[in-house]
Amino acid sequence: MTFFADCEERMNMAFTIALAGNPNCGKTTLFNALTGSSQRVGNWPGVTIDKKVGKIKGTDAELVDLPGIYSMSPYSPEEIVSRNFIVDEKPDAIINIVDATNLQRNLFLSLQLIDMGTPMGIALNMMDQIEESGDKVDVDKLSTLLGVPVVPISAAKKDNIGELVAKVMSVAESKTAPRPMKYDDDIEKVEAAAEEALNGKVPDNNIRFYAFKLIEGDKAVNEAVPGARESILSSIEEMEREYDDSADSIIADSRYGKISEIVKDTFVAAPKDERGTLSDRIDRIVTNRFLGLPIFVAIIALVYFIAMYDGTLGTSPGAWATGTLNDFIGDELIPAVEQWCEDNGVSDVLTGLLCGGILTGVGAVIGFLPQMIVLFICLVILEEIGYMARVAFIMDRIFRHFNLSGKSFIPLLVGTGCGVPGVMACRTIESEADRRITAMTVTFMPCGAKLPVIAAITAALAGAWWVGVVAYFGGIALVIVSGIILKKFKRLAGKPAPFIMELPPYRAPRFVSCARTVLERAWAFVKKAGTIILLTMILIWVLSHFTLSFQFIDPEADMGDSLLAAIGRILAYIFMPLGWGDSWELASATLTGLIAKEDLIGTLAIVLGDPELAEDEVGELLALILPDSGILSFFVFNMYCAPCFAAIGAIHRELGNWKHTAIAVGYQCLLAYFVACLVYVIHGSIVGLNMEWYSYVVAIISAAVLLYVLIVKDPFRQFKDEKEVEA
Amino acid sequence: MTLDRRCLLTGEIMSTLKDAATGSTVVVKKITGGGEIKRHIMDMGITKGVEIYVRKVAPLGDPVEITVRGYELSLRKEYAELIEVE
Repeated sequence: MTFFADCEERMNMAFTIALAGNPNCGKTTLFNALTGSSQRVGNWPGVTIDKKVGKIKGTDAELVDLPGIYSMSPYSPEEIVSRNFIVDEKPDAIINIVDATNLQRNLFLSLQLIDMGTPMGIALNMMDQIEESGDKVDVDKLSTLLGVPVVPISAAKKDNIGELVAKVMSVAESKTAPRPMKYDDDIEKVEAAAEEALNGKVPDNNIRFYAFKLIEGDKAVNEAVPGARESILSSIEEMEREYDDSADSIIADSRYGKISEIVKDTFVAAPKDERGTLSDRIDRIVTNRFLGLPIFVAIIALVYFIAMYDGTLGTSPGAWATGTLNDFIGDELIPAVEQWCEDNGVSDVLTGLLCGGILTGVGAVIGFLPQMIVLFICLVILEEIGYMARVAFIMDRIFRHFNLSGKSFIPLLVGTGCGVPGVMACRTIESEADRRITAMTVTFMPCGAKLPVIAAITAALAGAWWVGVVAYFGGIALVIVSGIILKKFKRLAGKPAPFIMELPPYRAPRFVSCARTVLERAWAFVKKAGTIILLTMILIWVLSHFTLSFQFIDPEADMGDSLLAAIGRILAYIFMPLGWGDSWELASATLTGLIAKEDLIGTLAIVLGDPELAEDEVGELLALILPDSGILSFFVFNMYCAPCFAAIGAIHRELGNWKHTAIAVGYQCLLAYFVACLVYVIHGSIVGLNMEWYSYVVAIISAAVLLYVLIVKDPFRQFKDEKEVEA
Repeated sequence: MTLDRRCLLTGEIMSTLKDAATGSTVVVKKITGGGEIKRHIMDMGITKGVEIYVRKVAPLGDPVEITVRGYELSLRKEYAELIEVE
């Protein structure tokens, strides 16, 4: 007896609780307040949406943070993830967090959650703001009308969190589902018919949720229970005739109708200031028709000058921090380790691998970290105060033309400093499709490490001033072209979300939550640098320090014997149509560009004679072995092909798996290849260069492929199924 | 074209949220279209009979910002066109 009682008690303790709520309602703050430092961050299966799990403080219950959603529709990945979790994983209870300052829209999700038939409690958040504004909420009455316990809290001030936990634990223990919300008799009649049609085919406790979704014509439910909707179609049509509206509108209308009644009975607004709330007044200036753009430019410039800028006006804190760390690694740490190895008789190979391969490689990656943290602090603050949503509001008009959201602007801008934080900044874009496409195109922007390449090429073309300008405009052009192409490639891009976006009220940033977000993002990057980037760095080092017969060499003396040169000789064939495939040196240099783009110049310096050569000297030597057209094509390819390993690692983090990362990098290389070939042939034709026949062939193929994917609506033949479903 | 025809058929002028002037308050009559976009519009609280206040237009002329059910929402004009108002 005691044994069973023990077991039962232990089972009761290990509850799984889901935390659900709208975006911008303080869900993350509540999650942090409930779980403290016990949280783990992972990914939801199949999508790149963070999944956070933690233990509720003072209990054994596990809290799962569902993505912020407005509804249980089956459209966005966030909604699908949330639905599937509640239906498949059957949590013991749901905490539904509701923003008391925005009751109506928040309760729309609550009414759908009630239908899920899972024990549930509502955390009525932002009660501190309600008190401040003088509004009144009758919490007890709200609880009675909804049939769900409601606990007033303030997540930010950690008010009443203990009571919330106690209430939710008792709801979970009682295992009682909320009382269903009753709608008009006509609707309930159809609902009953739907339940009958679904009986035994869906989980019993979720049946009311499924029934309403079936009536609404929910795609996912239709597919899960084929034929069910047809069997009740006549009663649905009868209802539609009666209400003179479509079924999904009728359900949404009656839900919101119910909510209006409830809010009228429980919420009393205090008389409002004629000038509107503080947030209204800020917004009137910040997104003003005339002031909006100048303010936007000023804020972006400020972020850039704090995090990225390094030039004639001085050095920004971000650039300084990264410069200092890089200097420390390069000038202090590595020489110290080298010295230690020498003193302790470590072999040359091992010392070289440790210092030249591992420390230099990972140092190049970790070196970005301080700058990334400075940048993330700026971005997270902009997000917290609510300005990021306004960035999308202001820039949407421009970016939608190439199928990106206004929020893509910031990653692209950051990408001109460094691609790695640029790609990581994509996290602030909610729409998965926009986020993925932006992450795949950020590295087309010329980053800081490409500047030495630009300098060398400028020298190679006898000081042509326009090289830098072309690099930037070319990058922008490729981002635009890619936006158009990649949106057509649905499997990679995901589904575009309609631009209907909440503009949350402006709020003061909170230090703790900003710091936590910054650390989370930085840590995610460090983990990446510690694993995959390290491995690739070691590989490149081995390739350049060993011969085919696996003898250790000094690449500064005998680069031509290395494995890297051997691979370069094979790769060179690929680059023949681009006009620079005759020398393995250029192909090998392109390979080392994967470590960091400036290494490309370092390798060229070594293979062209002297490791101490400056960029412009390298460029002048390059001009001796290549015609101008070949130099240009070499430049274009290296500007826009696969970025460095650090950036590829960041892209992998945003895309979520290696298959998509490989496709993304392959796409970048292919696009760079096509464009480089076109540049070579067009420039060569203009200056009358004698080119091989295969250059023309590849150029014609490139032009044809590019035009085809740009112009044809569905080049990848993947829309057919969807049209059928819609019809 | 379609608007003209609808006017002829019903004998009244249909207007959409897209045509509503900044600073005006309108009442939603119907949401046209279907599928995901209609669903998303309704999820955000734009349903029959609700009042919408047109706050402003973005600096570049699109999207628009509205107040609905006590909060701020922005949507592109192409979607505002799906919302019939009076």
